Amino acid sequence: MFCEKAMELIRELHRAPEGQLPAFNEDGLRQVLEEMKALYEQNQSDVNEAKSAGRGDLIPTIKFRHCSLLRNRRCTVAYLYDRLLRIRALRWEYGSVLPNALRFHMSAEEVEWFNHYKKSLATYMRSLGGDEGLDITQDMKPPKSLYIEVRCLKDYGEFEVDDGTSVLLKKNSQHFLPRWKCEQLIRQGVLEHVLP
Amino acid sequence: MTEELDLSGHNSDAGSEEVVLTPAELIERLEQAWLNEKFAPELLESRSEIVECVMEQLDHMEDNLRRAKKGDLKVSIHRMEMERIRYVLSSYLRCRLMKIEKFFPHILEKEKTRPEGEPSSLSPEEFAFVKEYMANTETYLKNVALKHMPPNLQKVDLLRSDLDSYVFLRVRERQENILVEPEIDDQRDYVIDLEEGSQHLIRYKTIAPLVASGAVQLI
Repeated sequence: MFCEKAMELIRELHRAPEGQLPAFNEDGLRQVLEEMKALYEQNQSDVNEAKSAGRGDLIPTIKFRHCSLLRNRRCTVAYLYDRLLRIRALRWEYGSVLPNALRFHMSAEEVEWFNHYKKSLATYMRSLGGDEGLDITQDMKPPKSLYIEVRCLKDYGEFEVDDGTSVLLKKNSQHFLPRWKCEQLIRQGVLEHVLP
Repeated sequence: MTEELDLSGHNSDAGSEEVVLTPAELIERLEQAWLNEKFAPELLESRSEIVECVMEQLDHMEDNLRRAKKGDLKVSIHRMEMERIRYVLSSYLRCRLMKIEKFFPHILEKEKTRPEGEPSSLSPEEFAFVKEYMANTETYLKNVALKHMPPNLQKVDLLRSDLDSYVFLRVRERQENILVEPEIDDQRDYVIDLEEGSQHLIRYKTIAPLVASGAVQLI
């Protein structure tokens, strides 16, 4: 039946929970586009037949193929756009450097889209006033306390705190640090918030 | 921190009023804008003047804290306050950005066809951002899929705001004779009065202009 491959693309995304990005299904996409080409060409020839030879009986088939074409297009755009939204979410979750595992699941064009997006976002944030603008990808949760106890989960190296001093983040070391500085590192899995 | 802030800022055309706010009033305005933006299904009018003033306020606070004695208890408390304000401001801007990205084709079109004199729902920076977002996304979809599709199928349509969604609100200024349109055929139009201080659950579309004018506050 037509649109099977397109439906498969949708199902693939539907199965992946929010925040996850399955590998880009280049093959699947190509097959849908090929099916669309075939349907279109069949319709073109049938439309000519219908017009020149008065074959009105071809019209239901033509309509049916047209519906399939629309459905294929809708599924394809939904698949591609939903992936873009997931990729966009990655910028907000992980920061501007994506973990390799995720990058391998993205097509070259998706990586390009991501690069343009983060550049746009950076420009916007810088324009928000003050010297450096405002990084709105920080402060994702309402502040509960100023400083938090964190444990370092992997070796990270020197980390600069506010007044110029820095701490050495070695695996298993614990620190009492300003909350807002730690947010992104916590999300990246470098630090872990130790609850009292 | 008792300086007052001038919100008229950068409009020198006739008709703009000069509003001078205390820092506390400014933060209250920020919080109101934040709540409205959070609960409204569509992108609301841009409040750049509030954003600018709050950023200035944060800068002042940072300067004051840098000059203060270390270990002073007041420093911690003021830092907390700054964190709170920064959170609200970031949340407000994030909320706007999410809506802008979600409804970008229609937001862009609305901006391009906006009549002269009507306030914009986008700040200049947001406008630049959404144009880039549009170009980026359109180019991507075209190159990866659309240009490989049959010629008559190369245009697509994306999401529109759902203005029929329901919102909670509190009335700040009494309103009379608000027309409520029926949702289903059986119902008829009816008219209600909104008493000051009362709270309601109502379709956004019915009261959208009241949010813009500040007569109601979304909660």
